[in-house]
Amino acid sequence: MLESLTVVTDSLGYLLGGVLVTLELVSAALLLGFILGILLVVGQVYGPKPVRGFVAVYVWFFRGLPNLILLFLFYFVFLPTLPVFLIAVIVLGMRSAAYQSQIFRGVIENLSEGQTLAARSLGMTNWQTIKHIIIPQTLRLALPSWANEYPVLLTDSAVASAIGVTELLTRTGFRVAATGNAMALYLACAVIFILLNYGGMLLIQKIEERIRIPGFGNNECDQI
Amino acid sequence: MADGSVVGEAVTEALSGFIRTDPDFWLNVLLPAVGQGLLVTLLLILCVAPLGILIGILVAICRVYAPKPFSFLAKLYVIFFRGCPLLVLLFILYFGLPSIGILLEGFTAAVIGFVLCNSAYNSEYIRGALQSIKSGQMIAARSLGMTKKQAILHIIIPQAMRRAIPGVSNEFIYLIKYTSLAYFVTVVEMTMAAKMIAMHYLAFIEAFGLVALFYLALVSLATFGTNKLEKKLAIPGLTAVKVKDPPFRLKKGTKEPRKIK
Amino acid sequence: MSGVPVLCVENLSKQYGDLKVLKNISFKVKKGDKMVFIGPSGTGKSTLLRCINQLTKPDAGNVYLNGEEIVHSGHKINEYRQKMGMVFQNFNLFDHLTAVRNVELALLKVKKMDKAEARKKAMFELERVGMADRADYYPAQLSGGQAQRVSIARALAMDPEIMLFDEPTSALDPELKREVMEVMRKLAEQGMTCIVVTHEMKFATSFASEIFLMEKGEVIEHGVPADIPTSPDFKRMREFMGAYTEE
Repeated sequence: MLESLTVVTDSLGYLLGGVLVTLELVSAALLLGFILGILLVVGQVYGPKPVRGFVAVYVWFFRGLPNLILLFLFYFVFLPTLPVFLIAVIVLGMRSAAYQSQIFRGVIENLSEGQTLAARSLGMTNWQTIKHIIIPQTLRLALPSWANEYPVLLTDSAVASAIGVTELLTRTGFRVAATGNAMALYLACAVIFILLNYGGMLLIQKIEERIRIPGFGNNECDQI
Repeated sequence: MADGSVVGEAVTEALSGFIRTDPDFWLNVLLPAVGQGLLVTLLLILCVAPLGILIGILVAICRVYAPKPFSFLAKLYVIFFRGCPLLVLLFILYFGLPSIGILLEGFTAAVIGFVLCNSAYNSEYIRGALQSIKSGQMIAARSLGMTKKQAILHIIIPQAMRRAIPGVSNEFIYLIKYTSLAYFVTVVEMTMAAKMIAMHYLAFIEAFGLVALFYLALVSLATFGTNKLEKKLAIPGLTAVKVKDPPFRLKKGTKEPRKIK
Repeated sequence: MSGVPVLCVENLSKQYGDLKVLKNISFKVKKGDKMVFIGPSGTGKSTLLRCINQLTKPDAGNVYLNGEEIVHSGHKINEYRQKMGMVFQNFNLFDHLTAVRNVELALLKVKKMDKAEARKKAMFELERVGMADRADYYPAQLSGGQAQRVSIARALAMDPEIMLFDEPTSALDPELKREVMEVMRKLAEQGMTCIVVTHEMKFATSFASEIFLMEKGEVIEHGVPADIPTSPDFKRMREFMGAYTEE
């Protein structure tokens, strides 16, 4: 028991290096998924037919395949020459984009049509309406659902160890090989992931509270 | 049909630059191996899904109706198995447990890991559904002389499960995809089978492409099936609950996108 | 009562599937006119307004703004729309923006004003509708009447030549209706050209310079409100108004 504890404490510094890689991977993928996700949803809701078809296929493909298969496809077939970290960012990001776009889509489709009508009646173009009215409202309303992409990506990111990204799980594996104490180290790894998970969620909740608009979305209306 | 064969040859030639076109490889090597893997994948799903739902229900009931210590334990269960990456969980079961004397086979470890993860996610949808059933239902059942247990079993659960179906179906679809992680604990399911062929024959596109197609087919089929099931079990007025807390996974949209005029 | 028409509507028609919502509507609006459309629900009054500023494309007919044809104007429609302010039944304030941001957004993005100028103009318009003290409130923090006044200010900020009011008081409680009507009357006194769709009969007769009764997509009677009680041209109008006020 005590021995296990010392193994963990001795490894902690090394594992924290892995935490850094994990967080870099997750934030890069989240960002890529966000940008792509917005582009996808604008294409899907407002684009011409071929674009809509393309987005539908994209979403079907990236949501229909296991993370691991996508990683292997990109690692062995599509982008074999890129560094593994970059491949992992691209795969996790493109996959997240498929999910994020559908979160945004659900929100856009529920925005009141009056918002669009009002914007157009003021002489705004289609694009100005999307940029100044639809997207800002969508982002705010989508935030609670969107926030859940973080834990999903965090837990998915561990799979990137399959192509050799030296994130937290990979580093834990190295320590296991060096010390032979699998149980203690993998448990420690699990605890770190859980802390990252709920810590991140708390942070997002704080941000949510900060940018909320009275009476907008599902938060209760404070009449003054 | 001389034309046809010419076209066929041209296609074969064009493809041969990218992938193997010899039928022997496809029919006698790749397909049998991946097919075998598919059976293992299906077996995994078959073992996990019912248990995942059952334990999900139990955990949810514990969280909503059980006294403090039990509901707290149920909460810990959810926090741990949702917060911990599935892959780490598998490693704990497969590589960690032997150090305290428990030796699991890869397949068993995978099933246990998947059930723990699947049930934790399911329980959140079911909990949301349980809590969404109006208190009047319980009161009415008790007023008829039912015990609390009977009321939960015959009145609350049937209503709640209908509301939880969309969430639980989504988890089922996730399950199909994450069975591929059994690869890491030496189970020769589809992904492992494909990887072995791919490495041995240096046939990456062929092997991973084929497995990808199989997964897409499985997932599409499951999406279609669960949508049908939802429609079939639907009761007017009993709509799906939106659970805010667990990872939000959007159902396939049904509405036409709104167009800007 | 002379002068060139500001707006000219010619044979406007619209149908959804088999349902003809508008049948050959024609009328002319001169500067300072107050045209009021009344009639049973679902007779195409709102569609008419939307067909005027092209939020709904009419199937046939033309609309001329200051002599320029706008139905087939393509991208230029956004310029024309600025000259036709629209006020909606449900206000349609932009829910993510404060009152003053609602008013200044189009000034910044469509008229490309600089920030200080847009803010000044927005505050001026809010003042005009008596909402300057609520400038920093979000739509959800405003009462219906206040929200509607802000939406009027938003339309006015574009310096429109005509205001289109689509049942501006229908979603409001009686007390709140009055404050919106006050604002509209004030605008009218300042000479604003208005086209109004409403169910408020008293307001309609006192506000209108010309009143139209629509039924099933057609204008069946129209004229000066003063003639309603006596003129034989207003038989149906008297029936309709009687029925409405009895309700």
